[in-house]
Amino acid sequence: MTEFTPLMSFAGGLLIGLSALTLMLFWGRIAGMTAILGGILPPLDRDWAWKATFLAGAILAPAALTLAGVKVDFDVPVPLAALIVGGVVTGIGVTFGSGCTSGHGICGLARFSKRSAVATVTFMVFAFITTYLIRHVFGGF
Amino acid sequence: MRYVTVFLIGALFGLGIVISGMGNPAKVLNFFDLAGTFDPSLIFVMAGALCVAVPGYALIFRRRQKPVFGETFVLPKAKLVDRKLVGGSAVFGIGWGIAGFCPGAAIPALGLGQSSALIFVVALLAGIGIARTVINADFFGTTQKTAR
Repeated sequence: MTEFTPLMSFAGGLLIGLSALTLMLFWGRIAGMTAILGGILPPLDRDWAWKATFLAGAILAPAALTLAGVKVDFDVPVPLAALIVGGVVTGIGVTFGSGCTSGHGICGLARFSKRSAVATVTFMVFAFITTYLIRHVFGGF
Repeated sequence: MRYVTVFLIGALFGLGIVISGMGNPAKVLNFFDLAGTFDPSLIFVMAGALCVAVPGYALIFRRRQKPVFGETFVLPKAKLVDRKLVGGSAVFGIGWGIAGFCPGAAIPALGLGQSSALIFVVALLAGIGIARTVINADFFGTTQKTAR
């Protein structure tokens, strides 16, 4: 079980929304992790520098939180093999699907993109089905 | 100065992810587990984000011709819902249900010093590399679609 945290989750969501909003305002770009992460892989995107800087901020802020002694709930209820398989499958999916939760689910929906709406419904439905199959048909990890 | 802003914008993103619980695979998988240990918290993440981003984007696009740094808003040009989009998204959903991490959640989790996040991110990058190789080799004959 994990604790129901509507307020913290909503507050975190506000920050994610604020990040998407300010990236568009200042840089004119979509805050999509698939494109940002893909941009720093070789061959580097021409505009890799802002992407690398965004990633540095996204990694260092939680690190600062941890160093400040803030306890963040974190638990991985799956085995190592599932992390690896899930990672590879996710990488393939987001590349073909041109985006993930941040790009399609937040930024795309926020500008009423039909492609993003279809993508978001699709990956959510498949995640629900996959979790159901793993936990309730195959007995879980 | 431009890079200071994008660093802070990335920091906002990373803080939002870990505060919201998106960066915690246990919470994500419980969100997906409707028939079991369902935790609906994460619907509030999307609600919070869209509460800001929907009016925010609308206001920006109405009031401004271009971003503060740069000449133009760079928005995806693709309009077509094709098999590549739907198939890729379905595959992503399967991966998300297996590991409990999505790309935007795993990156901030790296900052929490979690080795599982590092393992996931390495696998994720490998997956992106594999997909690019397949797309570049035009394995499925989708060049025209990707070019759009």
